[in-house]
Amino acid sequence: MNALGLVFSNIHDNNVPELTQDRTMGSIPFCGRYRLIDFALSNLVNSGIMKVGLITKSNYQSLMDHVGSGKDWDLARRRGGLHILPPFGLKENVLYNTRLEALRGAKNFLARSDEEYVVMTDCDNVCTLNFDKILQEHIAKNADITLVYIKRDSSEVKEVQNKMVVGLEDNGRVNAISFSPRTQGEINLYTNVCLLKRTLLQTLIADAFSHGYSHFGKDVLVRNVNNLRIFAHEHKGYYVALNSLQSYYSESLKFLDRSVRDEIFRKVDVYTKVKDSAPTRYGANAVVKNSLIADGCVIEGTVENSIIFRGVKIGRGTVVKNSILMQGTITGENVTLNAIVADKNVVVKDRRVLSGCETHPFYISKNIIV
Amino acid sequence: MIYKKKCMAMLLAGGQGSRLYALTNKIAKPAVSFGGKYRIIDFPLSNCVNSGIDTVGVLTQYQPLILNEYIGNGQPWDLDRNFGGVHILSPYQAKEGSEWFKGTANAIYQNLYFIKRYNPEHVLILSGDHIYKMDYSKMLDHHIRTNADCTIAAFKVPMEEASRFGILNVKEDGEIYEFEEKPKQPKSDLASMGIYIFKAEKLYKYLEEDEKLQGSRNDFGGDVLPRMLSLGEKMMSYEFYGYWKDVGTISSLYDANMDLLGDTPNFQVDEKSWIIRSRNPIEPPHYISDNARVVNSAIISGCEIYGTVENSVLSHNVEVEEGAIVRNSIIFSGVKIKSGAVVENSIIAEDAVIEKNAVVGGVTEDRKIAVIGGGITVSEGKTVEPGAMVEKDV
Repeated sequence: MNALGLVFSNIHDNNVPELTQDRTMGSIPFCGRYRLIDFALSNLVNSGIMKVGLITKSNYQSLMDHVGSGKDWDLARRRGGLHILPPFGLKENVLYNTRLEALRGAKNFLARSDEEYVVMTDCDNVCTLNFDKILQEHIAKNADITLVYIKRDSSEVKEVQNKMVVGLEDNGRVNAISFSPRTQGEINLYTNVCLLKRTLLQTLIADAFSHGYSHFGKDVLVRNVNNLRIFAHEHKGYYVALNSLQSYYSESLKFLDRSVRDEIFRKVDVYTKVKDSAPTRYGANAVVKNSLIADGCVIEGTVENSIIFRGVKIGRGTVVKNSILMQGTITGENVTLNAIVADKNVVVKDRRVLSGCETHPFYISKNIIV
Repeated sequence: MIYKKKCMAMLLAGGQGSRLYALTNKIAKPAVSFGGKYRIIDFPLSNCVNSGIDTVGVLTQYQPLILNEYIGNGQPWDLDRNFGGVHILSPYQAKEGSEWFKGTANAIYQNLYFIKRYNPEHVLILSGDHIYKMDYSKMLDHHIRTNADCTIAAFKVPMEEASRFGILNVKEDGEIYEFEEKPKQPKSDLASMGIYIFKAEKLYKYLEEDEKLQGSRNDFGGDVLPRMLSLGEKMMSYEFYGYWKDVGTISSLYDANMDLLGDTPNFQVDEKSWIIRSRNPIEPPHYISDNARVVNSAIISGCEIYGTVENSVLSHNVEVEEGAIVRNSIIFSGVKIKSGAVVENSIIAEDAVIEKNAVVGGVTEDRKIAVIGGGITVSEGKTVEPGAMVEKDV
């Protein structure tokens, strides 16, 4: 595929302040062994895009540690491969605030590339997308920009601010773009994934800055609805954008459903950083029900309806229910946990009892000892 | 700049492993699965890297495809190096003709050119069929400190088993004065582990001489080492105290896998200070369902467990359907065990399918282990007797 990818790793960090305190949106651990960026990177690589620019802003040490040279995604290459694009110290804006300003920092990266198309994607969405198919559609429709959208009932998305909604003609052309509209019923929600020619993107960025614009959606897309042929591609499969700790919790637990796992993991490979963890060892008294368990764990207690990341230890007599325990969580003996999201390397000592509520999980931040 | 390696390793991985029967029909013994996520060769390779040895020649001969593909450029073991790294050495055609590796010593002899390129001071010879964690750098230190021409790693075995091994008779300081190959009346319980460190120039000398000797089987244990001893070279033993298992037979492979289980396993592979590295497929975490029962087992990513798993070791992507029972067994990757099937005291190789209500293996007094070869299908309702070797669909 003659395209490069641009991934925004820090965008929407504020939606999940707990989990992004020490990391970017892209490096939020997800589903036992992944980080959110794995889904975006894997979609790009699986579509045949072998050059990716990773736009970062702040807190990106964990992200860089995770992606490394890009080897695990087959992106450690002489031609193309992974390029990390940290904030570019322009005089007028040292640290960008908007997507458009972020793109400006990628100006040189775009100029030096020779791929014909650019795919832009965020990393707060988990889905399987084939960009090659979208590109074929894009070419067939003679489109200038193709936006990827999903259909949702407006009642499901009310808490999300600044969501962009597109209006469509019958042939899929976008004739209206609005932000947080008060419409009822089914809406076409933009996923912040789009495809366009590289040269067009460069022109749009340059134009926007000469006019003093700052917002990619409001200033670039909305103003060009009539000037450019903007089309939309509907994504019909599983899709989630994580926009709160609550949605992180409930969407994670959806992966206990086999149909979701089959759709995300069995249709294509989702690549991630490889660790040499040993197999998970179950003790003689282990009881495990309806749970996803990563490698390198030692389970000697009870785990139900939970997601257990790599290297977690569940002590004897301990009961973990409806919880997400990230990498390296250690629980002592006779601990009871319910509806907990434990960040990395949390230690819960013997006989502690902690419970959140399934609508409001209790979050324990990184490295805390309870 | 003249390069020189202090020590490099040569790993003998060409054996057919005929005593593993159906498990080695299509793959070389060192590539056989172990412990859910490893292959046997991960242990010597990881030991090398953890011991600071960054140049390894792997000698392959029998069914090398899977092994070659698995080792690749050595990247999982950090053995993709500019100078050194892992190299697969197959028999090749030379000007004087071509020949297969005749014995362990001949295999190394045929690759002396490779060794000399690195100009090593010492050469470590390893086997590709042992499960153990060993710091070779300590053995090398011992070898250098005692100024030995050859050092042989040794392991104390129960006296009643000593007649199955090559036995070393040593003086108080560990210097070897006699070899006995599988003696009927062993004088000592110190067995050779098949791990040797040679001074490089001694290795060259004795291999070149051995090649010219009429009647030599070109074997280290049988020919080269006894000859060195008889000609008065300094041969030291180096005793190893950890876990070590030769997994050349079905029962020893089975036992070594089972040693990974239990609350305090006999063999721990999850030690942070000595990580065993392997080439990892990318699979989601394993899933255990509401009606599943999993106790005293080791399970790895990609598995989907809906049935019962007890005292077993499961590799990647194993599916155990609801109502199926897996007990005291070792299941390699990609195996499907359909509902109502019962697998007991068995080893099931890659991608085999055990159809509904089939019964594989069972409990016998002498702990017979049934083996199902890779890609085999055991049809619905069929029974495979305990201890059976299945190499064709049944």
